[in-house]
Amino acid sequence: MPERDPMTGPNPQLDAQGNLKHFLTIDGLDRALLTEILDRSEGFLGVAQQAVKKVPLCRGKIVANLFFENSTRTRTTFELAAKRLSADVLNLNISTSATAKGETLLDTLRNLEAMHVDMFVVRHADSGAAHFIASHAAPHVSVINAGDGRHSHPTQGMLDMFTIRRHKGGFDGLTVAIVGDVLHSRVARSQILALNTLGVREVRVIAPRTLVPTRAEEALGVRVFHDLREGVRDADVIILLRLQRERMDGGFLPSEHEYFYLFGLTEKRLRGAKPDAIVMHPGPINRGVEMDSQVADGARSVILEQVSNGLAVRMAVMSMCIGTQNLGAGPSGQPLPEATTQDTPHV
Amino acid sequence: MSESRRLSIRGGRVIDPASGLDAVTDLHVDGQRIAGIGAAPDGFVADRSFDATGLVVCPGLVDLCARLRQPGLEQKATIASETRAAAAAGITTLCCPPDTLPPVDTPAVAQLILQTAEERGLARVLPAGGLTRGLEGKQISEMAALQQAGSPVMSNADRPIRDTRVQRRALEYAGTYGLTVFLHPADAYLSEGGLVHEGLYSTRMGLPGIPEAAETVAVARDLALAEQTGARIHFRGLSTARATQMLAEARARGIPVTADVGAHQLFLTEQALAGFNANAYVIPPLRTEHDREALRTAVARGEIAAICSDHQPHEPDAKLDPLPRTEPGISALETLLPLGLALVREGVLDLGALLACLTCNPADILGVPFGRLHPGAMADVCVFDADARWTVGPQTLVSRGHNTPFAGAEMQGQVRLTLLAGREVFRRGHQSPQG
Repeated sequence: MPERDPMTGPNPQLDAQGNLKHFLTIDGLDRALLTEILDRSEGFLGVAQQAVKKVPLCRGKIVANLFFENSTRTRTTFELAAKRLSADVLNLNISTSATAKGETLLDTLRNLEAMHVDMFVVRHADSGAAHFIASHAAPHVSVINAGDGRHSHPTQGMLDMFTIRRHKGGFDGLTVAIVGDVLHSRVARSQILALNTLGVREVRVIAPRTLVPTRAEEALGVRVFHDLREGVRDADVIILLRLQRERMDGGFLPSEHEYFYLFGLTEKRLRGAKPDAIVMHPGPINRGVEMDSQVADGARSVILEQVSNGLAVRMAVMSMCIGTQNLGAGPSGQPLPEATTQDTPHV
Repeated sequence: MSESRRLSIRGGRVIDPASGLDAVTDLHVDGQRIAGIGAAPDGFVADRSFDATGLVVCPGLVDLCARLRQPGLEQKATIASETRAAAAAGITTLCCPPDTLPPVDTPAVAQLILQTAEERGLARVLPAGGLTRGLEGKQISEMAALQQAGSPVMSNADRPIRDTRVQRRALEYAGTYGLTVFLHPADAYLSEGGLVHEGLYSTRMGLPGIPEAAETVAVARDLALAEQTGARIHFRGLSTARATQMLAEARARGIPVTADVGAHQLFLTEQALAGFNANAYVIPPLRTEHDREALRTAVARGEIAAICSDHQPHEPDAKLDPLPRTEPGISALETLLPLGLALVREGVLDLGALLACLTCNPADILGVPFGRLHPGAMADVCVFDADARWTVGPQTLVSRGHNTPFAGAEMQGQVRLTLLAGREVFRRGHQSPQG
């Protein structure tokens, strides 16, 4: 996968000096920057073990969690990460407040900007929502994507990279198998882009054709398998994706039973992977659908570790973006690069 | 009145694609009609003349699909605002789809549009009649009454009819009255929920896709129905290479089918969506380079006989949201002719063939006598400078809709004078009438 990809378009995430200003997607970020995120995360992992679990990197900053889609887990880790960086945190569950009263997304944004918020952590059901907010936010504000539609969930992707690196020491020569609903998964898209940028040997996708997006090989840089046993053969890492119940209604799958029968990970099937292979899952797990309990609770599972690592990675990303702000990209600093031409007619 | 409206357009390159005329000569207009080409007819004395040296003089353009948003969506645009933009774009006749609020499914709404256009419009507006009541695809509309009210064709706009039996009856009923049916080929089930072409970009960007089969399944169904019912159908806005092949095969078999393409489809691909550019969100979706090349080839071969604007003006708010929440469509009247001229410069087709796609061909599809310059024809005339350059932007667009993926792009080709039934509805530049 080329470093500068024509499909990425203009990169609105970096400031003029190439520092991370927003964290919207893995797409368009290079190996050095992803490695920097992982290295910084390593430093933050220690903070959790200290008696005083706070560092003053974001003191005096206001972080707003803008969650247009419910997610207690992700929101909580972002909140905790911001608090450990000494920021003040606003939690806004927008789905039940502003937009329900007819306020537009931009109006909500302007109101929060008037409260001098420095960072928005955004989760939204629509692909492209974080890009949209970043392209319309005031120049001094940073935006972190906490999941947009099927598009991207970059902090989840990076915490998975962090977990892999801690167990495997690096990425060279690794074979990573991702099992399940790639079509609807923003997590998988972020993982795949990150794995390819970090230079693994091969990323495999294992699923029935209904759950593999069109032209995944070219668009994402993966090898597609429809047979679990073949797909996990000699894999170093197996990532299972969460299967949403509504896929049964949409005609993507006949039943959970058949899915587990063909794609569920069991101890026996795991034997085809490398002896030291690890098993990951972004959570929450459906036991008996994506994997059986023996695997979920087994020695290869690093699922709970992913959760702890999530905190360190989110602290790393937030502190990097705030650090970029402190470099001088304030209200009088560098204007935000335009993501698109969509708003030029209205200027 | 007519004595005071004798105009000679002098020294331009006069192109009338219908008759094959292409010569540097004079065009004479008497009242509403073309009086002659070349030497002035006996007894004709011009009150005014227009120096068209270095300019092209052609029939006023005929646009098969332009939304004017009136009645019901006046926050986006009005008949007055958009026909003003049409006049500035050299378009003198346009067909508007029936998806207004309320839709054009009764003679009263068709008459309202016609009347408003007559009172305030600067272009001839032909409202397509709704094929089904409320465009709901369940019960066929009163097509004969709509035809009498002034709807030359029937259409369900871009709302596909799910029930194939209703589609069949609608085609049969329209055929009874010799009405052409405009069909936006999209299978209701395969296109449902989709936003962009299902392909590399939908996969990479995580946007719900509209597969190629959404179009080809509908084209196959509608061709089969047209063959069985003998109805005359017109595919409004093809977007896939495969559909152009199916069209060519069907035409070769003698099925009475025509097709058009939106001008933007001949230039843009799914790549325009990079960065979640909502101005490139349009239905049918922008597809691949392979599709774009096939569409160009089909235009060059005459299989796609008309190029239209597929104009969809929006208020700014309609595009100010994450892409999936925005409304599809491009404000496109004023880029129609310049994009067409770019096809000529790029060698896709010659100027005469392009102008046929923009004048007499779409007029023939509508079954109206416009888009021609022969003596006695309605004096709808467009005079343009094929070389003049301008930049697309809010300062240059007349349309109320500024939603265009071409914003900031330089266009070549600009209209200097537009006549609608002999009446000057647009003029750009310093030239004043000379007596």
